[in-house]
Order: sequence, then structure tokens, then C-alpha cells
Amino acid sequence: MLHTFVALVEDKPGVLTRVASLFRRLNINIISLTVGHSERSDVSRMTIVAEAVPGSGHRIKASLFKLENVLDVDDVGQLSCVTRELALIKVAATPQTRVPIFQLAEIFRARIVDLAPESLMLEITGAASKIEGLIQVLNEGENQILEISRTGRMVMRRGQHTSRVLDAMRVASPEEEPVIPVTATSGDGSLEVFSGDPNHPL
Amino acid sequence: MTEKTAIPQASQPTRLTGAEIVWATLAGEGVRDVFGYPGGAILPIYDALRKYPIRHVLVRHEQGAAHMADGYARASGKVGVAIGTSGPGATNLVTGIATAMMDSVPLVCITGQISSKLLGTDAFQEVDITGITLPITKHNYVVTRAQDIAPVLREAFLIAHSGRPGPVLVDITKDAQQGLADFDFDAAAPLPHRPHPMLSAEHDAICEATELILEAKRPIILAGHGILDSGAMDQVRTLAERLHIPVASTLLGISAFPASHALSLGMMGMHGEAWVNQAIQQSDLLIACGMRFDDRVTGVLASYAPNAKKIHIEIDPSEVNKNVKVDVALIGDLREVLETILPQIAPRKDATWLRAVNALKGDAAVRDIKNLPDLGHLYAAHVIHDLWRATEGNAIVVTDVGQHQMWEAQYYKHDSPRTLITSGGLGTMGYALPAAIGAKIACPEKEVWVIAGDGGFQMTSAELSTVMQEHLNINIAVINNGFLGMVRQWQEFMYESNYACSPILSPDFVKLADAHGIAGATVRKRSEVLPAVEAARGSDKPFLINFMVEKEDAVYPMIAPGSALDEMIRRPSNGYNPLLETTEEP
Repeated sequence: MLHTFVALVEDKPGVLTRVASLFRRLNINIISLTVGHSERSDVSRMTIVAEAVPGSGHRIKASLFKLENVLDVDDVGQLSCVTRELALIKVAATPQTRVPIFQLAEIFRARIVDLAPESLMLEITGAASKIEGLIQVLNEGENQILEISRTGRMVMRRGQHTSRVLDAMRVASPEEEPVIPVTATSGDGSLEVFSGDPNHPL
Repeated sequence: MTEKTAIPQASQPTRLTGAEIVWATLAGEGVRDVFGYPGGAILPIYDALRKYPIRHVLVRHEQGAAHMADGYARASGKVGVAIGTSGPGATNLVTGIATAMMDSVPLVCITGQISSKLLGTDAFQEVDITGITLPITKHNYVVTRAQDIAPVLREAFLIAHSGRPGPVLVDITKDAQQGLADFDFDAAAPLPHRPHPMLSAEHDAICEATELILEAKRPIILAGHGILDSGAMDQVRTLAERLHIPVASTLLGISAFPASHALSLGMMGMHGEAWVNQAIQQSDLLIACGMRFDDRVTGVLASYAPNAKKIHIEIDPSEVNKNVKVDVALIGDLREVLETILPQIAPRKDATWLRAVNALKGDAAVRDIKNLPDLGHLYAAHVIHDLWRATEGNAIVVTDVGQHQMWEAQYYKHDSPRTLITSGGLGTMGYALPAAIGAKIACPEKEVWVIAGDGGFQMTSAELSTVMQEHLNINIAVINNGFLGMVRQWQEFMYESNYACSPILSPDFVKLADAHGIAGATVRKRSEVLPAVEAARGSDKPFLINFMVEKEDAVYPMIAPGSALDEMIRRPSNGYNPLLETTEEP
């Protein structure tokens, strides 16, 4: 099961190593880790997606707090948060083959950020399932993907909404998805499109 | 040692070198004794030592320094300090630091480091000790400027003894040691320790726990090391006495509850006596005080205490529900939590459960101890039992690791806190002699005994020179069976007695001791045990006794890995009990 932790840590050398080392010695696989400045000076914000048995969130959180440089830890659930990641995808494309890719980009609301005689580069932001969807469709269309670079998941809790808004969020999809059906190939369970169930384990 | 400088007063910041600041800070933190070994990268610090009123014990291997600081900390309750140079000096500390981490012992280890300008260049004796010790320290630091030394050291001490204690390493580069900075001890004070945010002993949980305790028909208190760290001995005793709750102990919890007390069951777990483990399996409530349900204690988890509800009083939230799912978790300081609960617990007269447990005790004690044939052989259990008698249970006993360690836990009854010093979590062979040195320096007026096997003793026997250089009166009992005993036992039980690499050749330990200037004697018969012990006790100099014990003896009972707590291997029945001296139970 995937757990997502948001940790606020002191912006000091070696903190990243300490956190990564902690996960390693707990024998927990880090799927993605992203870190950058937060709204507080001298404080960095880390978002860690880890594969661990259900119920181990408490122990991981408690262990993170034991690190001296960790100031705060949040074990975030899915539906109460906005989840995003960014990907740059370089695809082989000649002037003859690039137009279908333009159309895909429009459907997925990705941007073309580089255009060269033999390749083009797409920039896409969204939930992991959307990015996986674009990659899957590119592969199905026999386009040759030359490079993919992904940032890893970033998460932020939604503000305090009224109960009506929360109910509405649970019923509708949390974000607009492309028309082409997307199945969650990344295994991170971001099935927000198809599972409006707030009790979904992920 | 020449004339000493007074510790600079807070109101007058003084300009000192980094090396002097190290000692001044240590002195300000109340450190009186340190254990270490000099080297190139730490020479400036050693040069400054003469100006400060701190005793430095020169070891023979930095592992010894770390274990000495560890034994010092366990015996005194203070933070132990070990010092080593860069490179191999630092890496030699690693085993000792890991030992302290596993047993939650407060240590501050100071290592020299090459000049900060050379870091990362594979310079002479350079090693990334902070990287190496990341998983085995509570926290560690690299200090590259003299002005950072005092605040970092003060924070290190705070971290070492706060919450769940543990080791902290401070790596100080040579240029930091040589640089100049203003020293102001008070200004260098760290921010107050932030308690772990996930502590929770809320009113509801306290009420639920209290209710469970009052309703339980077959409760047991599981006494762990946390009782000693928290200083909760009186509170645990009060709780036990009010409701006649029997008390079982982890290895490190031994001495937290007096062994001679009527409610004391003794050690539980893999080598616990049969009645303790049986009582736990029959219990309906376990009150876990400062213990972590280690695998040595629980046996196979699926069948651990199947009928018991569990209350876990523990200061480290990451230990709660780690191995064993508990019903009520009170995450906080043990003494404070018990102080909140005790007013709700009124004394009771009903001792039915206690009588049932004692009945178990009688039967099991007979079966295990009485089945030890003598026939002229010397058994380690005899040695330990006689030692216990001779010292009236009042010595500080420091054990190494192995069969003798388990026999000590079974046959030496500790009544006073902090009188058993042993490596539990990591099980580090070679721990005993240096840890005993640390303990003796912490408690010079106490009688200190090392109990070590022939294997473990050889690992750090060089520290016998430290004993002599420091003029320490320590008594050493080597339980010598010519084997790595515990390894041999496992090979006997589980590997069809294929004694691969477990027979071990040792020097004549008495001659070895003599080479160090230490008196000694060899004992081969039961009748020789007491006279040798008394000779050791009567001398005000160190004494080593080489006990040639039965070669292929096993620690019973034993719970094999994968077995439940009450599926223990018992000593084969044989009829004769050489340990039964009088009508009273040993």
C-alpha cells in the first residue's frame, strides 16, 4: 500500500540523507521523494511516497519525528489533498508524424515546450494517473518515447471546506481527466476518477 | 596533570581555542570522566586536556572506550563520553555506539576529523563517520568552526539523555579545534528539548487502562529497561503490591524490581524460567512498563499471550504497536503515567492469581534446577549461584554475551537498580571488561564483577592493561568451557551438533592476567569456587578467576525460534539436584 508523507524539515545539509536512510533501515521502498523550500524560511518541505504494509503509517511517522531535523510530519490521505506531479516527455517526431502528438497534447492539456526536427518535448502537470495515461497512449500510438523525467508526487491538503463541498468532491471526480479511459498503471492507486468512495483504502 | 584553569564564568565570555572549548563545555555539563584514545586528528583536543579537571582513561581499543562510556552511563545514570581520533579511531567506536543505540544508553562520542578544507579528498585517516553512524545514533554532527563547538556539544548532551536515551556523535574537524572563538557556556544552551509530538496519555486512555487493571483476574507486569531510565521503580512496586500483581522482567529490566520480592517472577522470554512464560501465556492482562516486546521476549508473535489484553506504557511512539498490537497505549514518561494511575488503585487482598503462579513456580523450579547432575563437574550455574551468595546480591555484575549471560540472569538475584550491566539488544561480545571499567569508575565504592565467557573475554582482554593503569579493583570471572557456548548450543539443538567453528582455544587466562600484573586462580571443582571468590573479594587489587566449567552444558529452558512462549525445551530429567542446598529455593 502506498503511503504519502509530507515532512517539514530543517534546511540543513544531510537532512535528505537522514530521511532516506531511515526508510532504508525500516526496509521500506521509497517510490518518489521530492523536496524544496516551504513557506517558512530555513524549512524545507519533503513529500515522500513509500510502499509499506497497511497500518505502518503510525510507525513511520513516529520514526520520522525522532529525527532531530524533522519539524512536522503529515501522513496524508488521498481525497482531502491536491496531488500533482510534473513530467517532461521527449518523443521522437518528424514533421510528418508530429501532428497526432499535438492532438494528444491538447487532450491531456500538456504543453509542447520543445520542437526539433527529430523530436518534441511535452510538459504535463497533473495527478500521476493522468501522466501515466499520456505515457500509455503515446506508447500505444507507436510513438517512440526517448526520455521521461518526473518530479515525483507533491501533495497539499485542501482547505477547510464546508460539508456540502466535501460531499460534492466525493461524488464528482476530484479533477478533470482526459476522455480516453485511464487505468492506474502506476500502482499508486490514484483511482480518483473511478472511485468516488471516500472509504477507498487509498 | 598540572595546574587546572577554573571553568570560565558565564558573565565573562573568554576567547579560547576550539580544543579548550570542548573541555570547558564538557566540564560545564558535569562530565568528570571520559574514555578515549588520541590520534593525529584529535591532538589539539588532547593538548588542551591538562588545563581542565577531567579524568581521561586511556583505553587499548576505541571499542573499549565506547563500552566504558556505556557501562559508566548505565551504572550512574549520567551521559557517558568516549573520544577517538579520525579514521580507524572513529570506526572502532562503531560497535560500541550501536550497542548503546540498541539498549538506549546515553552517550556522547567525540571524534576528531581532518581539516575541513580536506574533507572529501580521501585524506590520511579520513572517514565519513557521520555517514557511517547515521543509523546507529540519535543524531550526529560535523563541526567545522570553533564557535559551533559549545552549542553543538550542549545540544548533543540534551539529545543523548532526553526522551528515549541514546548515543550522539560529534565529529570535530582539526581546524575547528585549532580555531579561536568566544566561549560562553550559558549562551550556548540549547533550546529546550521538544517532546515527541506523538506522546499521548490522555484522560480517556488512562481511565481505560485503570479499568483494565482493576478488572483483571490474572495480570502481569512486564518490567523493562524504561523503569530504570524513568526512575519509576517505586511506582511499579506500589502498583504491584497493591494488587498482588506478579512482575516478569526483560533482560535489561532485571534489577528494576527486586528479585527477592515475593511478587518477582524473574526473567521472561527465550531463556526465561518456565513458570514466567507459562504465567504470561495464561495471563489476561499484560502491563508493559518501559519494554518493547523484543523477539527474545515474545517467542513467535502469533501465539503470544493469546488471552491477555495489553497496556503499553512507553516513551517512544515508534515502539508502540510495532511488534505486538496493544489495547491501550500510554505514550509518555513511565513514572508520570503511573503517578496518574496509582491514585485510582486501591489495595486489594485477593491473591488467588499469585498463588496460582507460585504453584507453577514450585513445579517448574523443581524440574529445571533439580535436574542438573553434579558428579564432580563444575557447572556455570553453580559458579553464579555461589557468587551471588558470597556477594549477598549486592555487587554490580557486568556480563558479556552468551550462555553465561543467560545463567547470570537466571541465578544471580538483583535487588538494587542498575546492578546488572549487559548488552541485550545488540548482544556484543567483548562488552563485559570495558563496561565494567566504566561502571567501576562511575561507582568506585561498589564491588564490581565481570562475568565473561572465554570467547567474549578474548575480544577485549587488552583492556586488562587499562584496569592496571587506572588502578581499578575489579574482579573477573571467566566462564571457560572451550567453546563459543551459545553457538555450540544452537548447533547442538538445531544443526545436529555440527560444531562448526565453535570450539575455541584460549590462552591460560591466569597467566594472561599475570602478564598484566593481575592476580588470578583457576577453579575446576565446586569446592574451590567459594575460596577463590573470597580471595578475589578480600583483595583490594583486581583478581581474575578462570572457572573451567562443563564443556557441553546448555541453557534451559530454551524457546527455539518459531516456537510459542510456552513451548520451551526443558532440561532432561535426571533425578539429582546439586543446586538444591537447603529447603529454600535458590
